[in-house]
Amino acid sequence: MFAFLANPQRFMAFSKVAAPLIGATAFLLLASGLWLTFSAPDDYQQGATVRMMFIHVPAAWLALFSYVCLAVASFLSLVFRHALADAAAKACAPLGATFTALALITGALWGQPMWGTWWVWDARLTSMLVLLLLWLAYIALRSAIDDETKAGRAAAILALVGAINLPIIHYSVVWWNTLHEGSSSFMKNTGSSHYLAPLALMALGYTAAFGSLWLVRIRAELYRRRASLLALRAAEA
Amino acid sequence: MPDLHTGEYGVYIWWAFGITALAFAGMIADSLLRARKWKRRVDALETQTLGNRP
Repeated sequence: MFAFLANPQRFMAFSKVAAPLIGATAFLLLASGLWLTFSAPDDYQQGATVRMMFIHVPAAWLALFSYVCLAVASFLSLVFRHALADAAAKACAPLGATFTALALITGALWGQPMWGTWWVWDARLTSMLVLLLLWLAYIALRSAIDDETKAGRAAAILALVGAINLPIIHYSVVWWNTLHEGSSSFMKNTGSSHYLAPLALMALGYTAAFGSLWLVRIRAELYRRRASLLALRAAEA
Repeated sequence: MPDLHTGEYGVYIWWAFGITALAFAGMIADSLLRARKWKRRVDALETQTLGNRP
């Protein structure tokens, strides 16, 4: 599949069809997920705030998943020096940064009524903040270096070094005593189908939305590179 | 049927959903406009390049 899509022309033909199809799927998943979100009963402890779980957890999941996508694309770009992998890494960053920011903001808005505080420097929240800073550093580094090849390589190294933060985020609730609840109690709380169905639909919807937007952004980046090349040729002619 | 009544914590819930909706709208608009802008640029440059050919 990767070898097939590694050809930019085949990728453009594939993404032209796939991006709107995946986008439409995302819309349907999110619409049905939102319907179930507001149909779910209030939690016996958290009341109506349990509904924030259906936007907070998928945002946090996408924050990690998009970084895995960035790390894989950066690795392929660094090792095989493939332009499409570099374009994919660059296109991924603004989306990943947005999902990470969403996870932090919705978490704060959920934390204030439930914990009595917007923010606490516990391991989970702090490692997620580090992830947001990594995204911002990646974007800043890419735009700070004029030479695109050098910028891509430097940013790819940063992305791969930053991947060490992913297991820290995942296991932070196990390794340290955190205010943020652990995954075991999360599974217990979502054991009810009232909560599991909307959570699954929203998580799938977020993932599909990310997939569709990532394809659109890779297309935009490939068009931008093509435009630069054509402008250069026109200037030389 | 969906119940939009969110009780005493409504302000937190609606802010969270509102910010999420805005972020999605921003990501969609930025991605589509960026793709459209560069596609138009490529089309214009290709037309110009073809026009310059002898």
